[in-house]
Amino acid sequence: MRIMVCVKRVPASGGAPQLTEDGRGIDTRHLSFTVGPHEECAIEEAVQLVERFGGSVTVLTVGPAEAEEQLRFAISLGADHGILVEAGPDEVDPQATAFALTEAIRDGEAASGAPFDLIMFGNESPDAGHYQVGVRVACALGRPIVGGVKGIDVDPDAGRVRFRRDTPGGAEVFEAALPAAVAVREGLNLPRYPSMRGRLRARKAEITELRPHVPAGGLRRIRLRVPEQQRPETVVLGHGASAAPAVVDLLEELEVV
Amino acid sequence: MGGVLVLVEPDGGVESSAVALAFGRVIAGGLGELLGAAAIGPVADGADDALPALAGGHGATHVHHVRHPLLDDYSPECWGEALAQLVAHTEPRAVISPATARGTEVMAQAAARADLPLATNCLTVSPDSRAWQLSRIRQGGMLIEDAELTAGVVMMTIAAGAVPPDDAGPTAVSTSGTAQVVSYTPEFDTSFVHSRVVDRSAQESGVSLTTARVVVSGGRGVGGAEGFLPLEELAKLTGGAVGCSRVATNNGWRPHRDQVGQTGSKVNPDLYIACGISGATQHWVGCMGAKHILAVNTDPDAPLVTRATHAVIGDVAEVIPAVVEEIHRRARRT
Ligand SMILES: Cc1cc2nc3c(=O)[nH]c(=O)nc-3n(C[C@H](O)[C@H](O)[C@H](O)COP(=O)(O)OP(=O)(O)OC[C@H]3O[C@@H](n4cnc5c(N)ncnc54)[C@H](O)[C@@H]3O)c2cc1C
Ligand SMILES: Nc1ncnc2c1ncn2[C@@H]1O[C@H](COP(=O)(O)O)[C@@H](O)[C@H]1O
Repeated sequence: MRIMVCVKRVPASGGAPQLTEDGRGIDTRHLSFTVGPHEECAIEEAVQLVERFGGSVTVLTVGPAEAEEQLRFAISLGADHGILVEAGPDEVDPQATAFALTEAIRDGEAASGAPFDLIMFGNESPDAGHYQVGVRVACALGRPIVGGVKGIDVDPDAGRVRFRRDTPGGAEVFEAALPAAVAVREGLNLPRYPSMRGRLRARKAEITELRPHVPAGGLRRIRLRVPEQQRPETVVLGHGASAAPAVVDLLEELEVV
Repeated sequence: MGGVLVLVEPDGGVESSAVALAFGRVIAGGLGELLGAAAIGPVADGADDALPALAGGHGATHVHHVRHPLLDDYSPECWGEALAQLVAHTEPRAVISPATARGTEVMAQAAARADLPLATNCLTVSPDSRAWQLSRIRQGGMLIEDAELTAGVVMMTIAAGAVPPDDAGPTAVSTSGTAQVVSYTPEFDTSFVHSRVVDRSAQESGVSLTTARVVVSGGRGVGGAEGFLPLEELAKLTGGAVGCSRVATNNGWRPHRDQVGQTGSKVNPDLYIACGISGATQHWVGCMGAKHILAVNTDPDAPLVTRATHAVIGDVAEVIPAVVEEIHRRARRT
């Protein structure tokens, strides 16, 4: 199986976001970066599928030159190739992102003469959260795509795949013909950590770089704001085990015991 | 032809559909346009009246009921293509849907097929002749983005927590309270590529994380899978559910369905008890909807402690068993 995984470089901070002075973006000077948990699971699943059925995993990103770091991270987890579509430091809108990804995938498929059996996305990017880039790429390539997926069952010989996802009332299973696309959610699997060997491999791996012309889409970010939240004065009920009566008083007050 | 079109979910999402309709009504009113609704696929048995009542009750004059054998069960591609065709057919100024999982998926499919931009998770929207101004949720709720949308047809999904805007003056909406149903049948090529549902199952019963009145959650500070036993006991005594942070999930201490946060579940209990959880923003956005938050943490400066309504400073492994014991002691006394 040949699998393509699309990943995005995003800030990893667990602290309150610091905005730039003009409010147009996040001050990333002191941040470290990562790929989102959904995409980590996409990489893990792709690597597991190739371990089982053979083939290769390519990771693809649209972003600044530094996004190379995220491609190397994916390679350290077992991906084989990395493609960086260099788009500069500013955030790219979802239509343009999808356009750039689609072109890169078309190039890759033309070079090998065969489609990627599975193109994988995260359900949503952790920072922008547009919930649409995967769908746009799949539509442009004429592939089926299911989102929110937490279970993948591929039958390469039969040329079909099943996707399971949770719904508000339970779960549903979809079937599609290969080649297909999927947007996955964290919980699909438990991603591994990079191995020593993987890290070495990632350091040496060659990254393909592309710089296509990408037309802008219709959604334009103007500024970011931190929503107002009231900060209650925290009532400290006590220290250690001796706080238990005060905690149970609270539970009784809220009528939950 | 104009108008504002709202995609509704008469079966699964009446509440969120109502919020989207309220937005649509105000936008239509402001533009002096008609409000219409669209529903795709069959409505549940005996619910034939629900559709015109839901739409009409919110001021829609008409409902497009989109039917085709390929739409009899849910399929993202078929539903999205059907909506794209309806949009091409009716040429509305704007298309709005609730930001439910399904609503978002169908809108993304339709936008992709119609080659239109799509703004998801919007909180506010104001039409403008040049570009529509909107604000939308980012990072699961930690940030708000102000954005501009320029498009022939404006497509957006409305966030679950969005507050419908006040009525914007005179509207061209229906006052009869029930909307006229108009059937629409899209066309599909025989080679149309799509996925289809082959199996459905219902949830196992039990207290669900997203509806529980109390959630007892644990993070790294719980120390391991066994460390969750007292938390489970406290959840049982309070009729609550057990949640966790991503560290607990990643270490394999809890299944991912227990995870609270940006990539887990959002919870809205009366009381959220956060045990040994630091309160990273990605966790906070999952629990900030709780009415009361009790943080149990050894660190008095942990972000969750400073943001909580109540706190106990101390070791989870001592505090929670003592709370459980105190509940038992009071039960014996009465
Ligand atoms: C894109 C993205 C999405 C994410 N999504 C999520 C998500 O959905 N949910 C989520 O939870 N995280 C998410 N994270 C991870 C998040 O950033 C944090 O890493 C995570 O929430 C930290 O978990 P924690 O609080 O259990 O661990 P830590 O941050 O390590 O905190 C442990 C806390 O326990 C306290 N402690 C230690 N020992 C004890 C003890 N004996 N008794 C009491 N207290 C003790 C410490 O003082 C500390 O405050 C996401 C991250 C990214 C980048
Ligand atoms: N800049 C990007 N580069 C590569 N993949 C991306 C990029 N942006 C989004 N994606 C993919 O599309 C998914 C959905 O993103 P979004 O539509 O922004 O929520 C992400 O989880 C990624 O898999």
